[in-house]
Amino acid sequence: MSSTFDQIANIIAETCDIPRDTIKPESHAIDDLGIDSLDFLDIAFAIDKAFGIKMPLEKWTQEVNDGKATTEQYFVLQNLADRIDELVAAKNAAPGA
Amino acid sequence: MDLDYFKLIDRVVDLNLDEKRITVEAQVPAAHTIFEGHFPGFPTMPGVLLTEAMAQSSGWLLLGLLKFERMPFLAIVKEAKMRGFVSPGSLLTIEAKLEHEGSGFAVTKAKGRVGKELKCSAEITFGLTPFPDPTMRVHMDAMANKIGFPLQAITND
Repeated sequence: MSSTFDQIANIIAETCDIPRDTIKPESHAIDDLGIDSLDFLDIAFAIDKAFGIKMPLEKWTQEVNDGKATTEQYFVLQNLADRIDELVAAKNAAPGA
Repeated sequence: MDLDYFKLIDRVVDLNLDEKRITVEAQVPAAHTIFEGHFPGFPTMPGVLLTEAMAQSSGWLLLGLLKFERMPFLAIVKEAKMRGFVSPGSLLTIEAKLEHEGSGFAVTKAKGRVGKELKCSAEITFGLTPFPDPTMRVHMDAMANKIGFPLQAITND
């Protein structure tokens, strides 16, 4: 089974037509890969579907805008993969999961 | 269907919030200047207008699901397929279903039919934002009344 990073890297490569081998765990989705907000909607949809979650993009954006978090925490791909793993774990731990 | 004002949906036939789907009707005008150019001798609804009609149908569904607290704005159209010609005077029935509600966005799938014949389909993504202007919200309420949007469906739960 591929890692969470590999799965999101594949999604980004396919969605944004970015060569897969240029997408690294340390890549910043916005600063390094040039992904804009519209493409990120598409990526979020694909990630939500693939992992059965709802990434809290609005909450994350608000935290960044309020200075409570940095974009690196959410948009460096290894960090994004970690956040996704946390969301999946939380979903699996929820009652009735 | 008021092409000049881009109000393409005439009435809501069914809104099912549990199943997250809507069915609407749109009466294509029998005559309009658009058909004089598109095309002479073979008037047919432009695909962009069919796509917009599917987007507006989806928009009404999302407004219902969001209880008119946020406005869906068209962001992405995928897999837009024009499967058959739609002639002036046709009654278009469009069904839209929620595919996914994400954080700040939603994705629908919509299909347009004339009679039983499937004419168009698409997967459509919307950004969901607070109404940018109170005038717009008032306008959407008025439009909802005009097209028979069942406002009680979003207040009775």
